[in-house]
Amino acid sequence: MSEFLAMGGYAWYVWGSYGVTFALLAMEVVLLRNRSKRHETPS
Amino acid sequence: MTTASARRFFWYASPQTFYPLAGKLVPVFGLAAALLAAAGLWVGFFVAPTDAQQGEAYRIIFIHVPAAWMSMFIYLVMAFWAALGLAFNTRLSGMMATALAPTGALFTFIALWTGSLWGKPTWGTYWVWDARLTSELILLFLYLGFMALQAAIDDPRRADRAGAVLAIVGVVNIPIIYFSVQWWNTLHQGASVSLKSAPTMAASMFTGMILMAFAFWMYSVAVALVRVRCIIRERGE
Repeated sequence: MSEFLAMGGYAWYVWGSYGVTFALLAMEVVLLRNRSKRHETPS
Repeated sequence: MTTASARRFFWYASPQTFYPLAGKLVPVFGLAAALLAAAGLWVGFFVAPTDAQQGEAYRIIFIHVPAAWMSMFIYLVMAFWAALGLAFNTRLSGMMATALAPTGALFTFIALWTGSLWGKPTWGTYWVWDARLTSELILLFLYLGFMALQAAIDDPRRADRAGAVLAIVGVVNIPIIYFSVQWWNTLHQGASVSLKSAPTMAASMFTGMILMAFAFWMYSVAVALVRVRCIIRERGE
């Protein structure tokens, strides 16, 4: 497991890429969810 | 296009009829994105072998290349909708273009960010002003310029038209990005995947990359549909 996380010494580069990508996509989803809810009118 | 399908196409070109259809499609594309991403990450981390030259650092490819593809593809789709709206004055087209821009900007940033983190261990630098990187940075500014321009104009129909002109002019940058590695002597490597020849990489690496590309594609469709629904509501359609 720790070997997997170490990414052969490239942990910062690999996880820095995947972490920021995931965080940004999650942020977009959350922001859109809030925007959708803000003007949800019962129809 | 037959008359019936043409009528159906224009039926859905109206915001009121598109709105519920988009709502039904969101979970479908969202689920597809999640499943494809799970498969792509599994192949990318557990099936694809370690690269002989780059070690594990190359695994950035599974998000870098799909994100870069999406950044260019979304721009083309955005410009297509913008042009359609300009030509036929259809309200939904402009809204589609507006809905795509933030996601396109996001993938452009991701392509630049992951490229930077890949460049450091392989080239020895986070950034270099070469043709591929610079033209991709210009793409980010085109997206941001499009969004800023639209945000600065109060009347949504005028904002759509102004944005459309910017989006269409900016299309010239897409072939520049794509062919930059051939036209100029760049630090960035050439394409490993093309329509003309077999990919120059291990099959499992290619599979992981394609799965992630489809995951990002489905994700983009899902978020763009949610955003276009928000825009339809906000414009009081």
